[in-house]
Amino acid sequence: METNFLIQTLASIVAASTPVVLASIGETISEKSGVINLSLDGSIALSAMTGFAVAFTTGSVTLGMLAAMAVGALVALIIAFASITLRQEQVAVGFVLTMLCIELADFLGNPFVRRPGPSVSHAPIPYLSDIPILGPVLFNHNLIVYLSILSVVLAWWWTHKTQPGLKLQGVGERPESAFARGVNVHRLRFVYTVIGGALVGLAGASYSLSIKLGWSHRHTSGIGWIALAIVIFGGWSPWRVAVGCYLFGLLKALGSILQRNSAFVNVPTQIFSSAPFALMIFALLLLNSEGVDRLLALLPPRVARQLDRAIRGRSPGGLGQSFIQE
Amino acid sequence: MKVELVDIHKYFGPVRANDGISMTIESGTIHGLLGENGAGKSTLMKCFSGYQSPDRGVVRVDGRPVSFDSPAEAIAHGIGMLHQDPLDFPQMQILDNFLLAFEDRILPDRRKGRKVLRELGARFQFDLDPDAEVTSLTIGERQQLEILRLLALGAQVIILDEPTTGISAPQKEKLFATLHRLAEQEGRSVVFVSHKLEEVEELCHHVTVLRHGRVTGEAEMPCPVSRLVEMMFGRNLPPAERVSVQPGQTVLRLEGVTVPSYRLQVQDVNFEIRAGEVVGLAGLEGSGQRLFLRACAGLEWVSAGHIHVDGQELTGASYQRFLDAGVAYTPANRMEEGLVGALTLSEHFALVDRHGSFFLDWNGVRERALKGIAHFNIIGRPDDPAAALSGGNQQRLMLALLPSHLRLLLMEHPTRGLDVESARWIWQQLLARREDGTAILFISADLDELLERSDRIVVFCGGQMESVHACDTTVEQLGYLIAGKGQTGG
Repeated sequence: METNFLIQTLASIVAASTPVVLASIGETISEKSGVINLSLDGSIALSAMTGFAVAFTTGSVTLGMLAAMAVGALVALIIAFASITLRQEQVAVGFVLTMLCIELADFLGNPFVRRPGPSVSHAPIPYLSDIPILGPVLFNHNLIVYLSILSVVLAWWWTHKTQPGLKLQGVGERPESAFARGVNVHRLRFVYTVIGGALVGLAGASYSLSIKLGWSHRHTSGIGWIALAIVIFGGWSPWRVAVGCYLFGLLKALGSILQRNSAFVNVPTQIFSSAPFALMIFALLLLNSEGVDRLLALLPPRVARQLDRAIRGRSPGGLGQSFIQE
Repeated sequence: MKVELVDIHKYFGPVRANDGISMTIESGTIHGLLGENGAGKSTLMKCFSGYQSPDRGVVRVDGRPVSFDSPAEAIAHGIGMLHQDPLDFPQMQILDNFLLAFEDRILPDRRKGRKVLRELGARFQFDLDPDAEVTSLTIGERQQLEILRLLALGAQVIILDEPTTGISAPQKEKLFATLHRLAEQEGRSVVFVSHKLEEVEELCHHVTVLRHGRVTGEAEMPCPVSRLVEMMFGRNLPPAERVSVQPGQTVLRLEGVTVPSYRLQVQDVNFEIRAGEVVGLAGLEGSGQRLFLRACAGLEWVSAGHIHVDGQELTGASYQRFLDAGVAYTPANRMEEGLVGALTLSEHFALVDRHGSFFLDWNGVRERALKGIAHFNIIGRPDDPAAALSGGNQQRLMLALLPSHLRLLLMEHPTRGLDVESARWIWQQLLARREDGTAILFISADLDELLERSDRIVVFCGGQMESVHACDTTVEQLGYLIAGKGQTGG
């Protein structure tokens, strides 16, 4: 009975983390190339609304998902155009777009508020979902949840194991060096910002078509900012970003379980909802402290180096900077 | 491969950076490109290697004219450039840095990359661990990595832009041996861009001299230094003369001072410097001289001992109080610590005015800026941002910003990266100050500068200090003190 409850909780965490995972991975890809897509919160809202509206009107969930991805990609394209081609401040453009998108979603989404609509159908993966423990936790969900898990694996594999991924890292790290090696900096930044944006759009769709069905005012509120924070906490590495997302999900689940416990009835709910952030900052401080440096110095250099790389994240050197080709 | 640059013109607005430069580089030679700061050397080499396109003129490879719009196209023609600040990816692994340049395929061949990197490295005795991160390397090692990358891409002509700035003496030796090997044994051409006469003398077979964007002379080496100097500056510079000033009262006194740091300690230091005295601090980078110098300005925490300035106890006081006592410090990293890149020259003058009123008197500030610019020969206008100045002019600006009356001036590498004439000029200004009773304490990696300019030299080695007189010490002896003791002292 106890294990059953545990498995159910873990499975619900995996499912509930879908939008954060998709949005964070999308943002990671974009920021790896050096472009900050700050519009996340608005982009998610607009794509969630669009995804639901399209699915509702056409009756096709797939079309809804595609439409949401297109919206996310379009917002990202605007950011890319403004920051790469027009060389405007990425942060300013992103911020304005956030607000614009939220208001637009509210306005355009009016006809769809609180209407029951289609949702992504539950689709356990045959055989895999029969694996004890792992099966129900990971493989007994719907398509979008699988896509979120897949996005983590793919993003990591692409950035760390492939030649184009190396170039992606290079472009974000130091565009002038990448340029010296024959990389088309502007084109790569465009491509990865738009791909990241499409994932952010899918995060919106996962909200309205899978987790919190339908559309209402402030339907997705705040999720984009959380994703942006997790990318930083996760040190721009897909694995750690994913760990951050699920940890965040775990802490939230823990919060709601504890809240139901009579011992914590008097604790304000805000404590539970904000505790994950405080804990993450604390963990970050701990990891970057000099104490860890000294512990690492005790290990053989090879191991220390790998451990250091595994636990600590560094921002891409060229993040947020426009590159001017002489 | 024979390469010719023919009639290269490159203008930046009204500035004629390159005004019709032609030069020919034969294969198997080391070709020096000599000129003072701002002579147009870097611009020419950027046009040569695809980073900029010239406004007019052509590059010919083996007689065929070629043109390239990017460094990648230049390297495809066999022309590669090593920048002063190596263009690599600091946070990435050496192997990834190396692999990034290669052909587009989905999965990089790490095993092959590792093998090529090892083999190429072994050929030049470069010891680079493919798994280390670039941040863990010194500038010299980062240069080595870039050289290997260029060679792996098939560079036949390798251009090095001021490669010896910021690398240690043994690394310089290794670099020079590598360049000799590349030219003499492998038949490649090397273009060595420098403003340092002695390096060009030591290394090059031919030399082309630039001044104000034009070629002012060409020579086969060896060539008398006086001729090179004349081509560089248009006149011959007399050797530096020593002015001796009778030292006055003690300005700074350190008693049993200990400066702790994570890596090394400077322990139990007793030191005095008197008004008008010039003391040079020598030592390999990171031997404690910087800690010591910064402690003298109140910028490092002192765990034991006493610091007195003009008899006033300032142990543990802030830099502000040291400033009030007439102490000033100029850091080595001009753009990182010394100046604010985005602020204009005028704004810098406003910034250093510590006792000004709440509202800025911009007319007064501008007047002071203009005066400073004129007096210190800064090439720049009051409204130019500091980042737009060349290295030499930035150094002049830092000097211009110093208070006119000082008791003690602490400087890190006062002439690093400057050409002979700028360096001479800077020292003239500095030495003029000693007549007013300013004591000067400076760090330098240039042994000649140390011997020429200081009355006394303090050699640092692993945090230990040893004092020698400048006038009866030779470069060899000083070098031995710096390096020889370094080996025994660990």
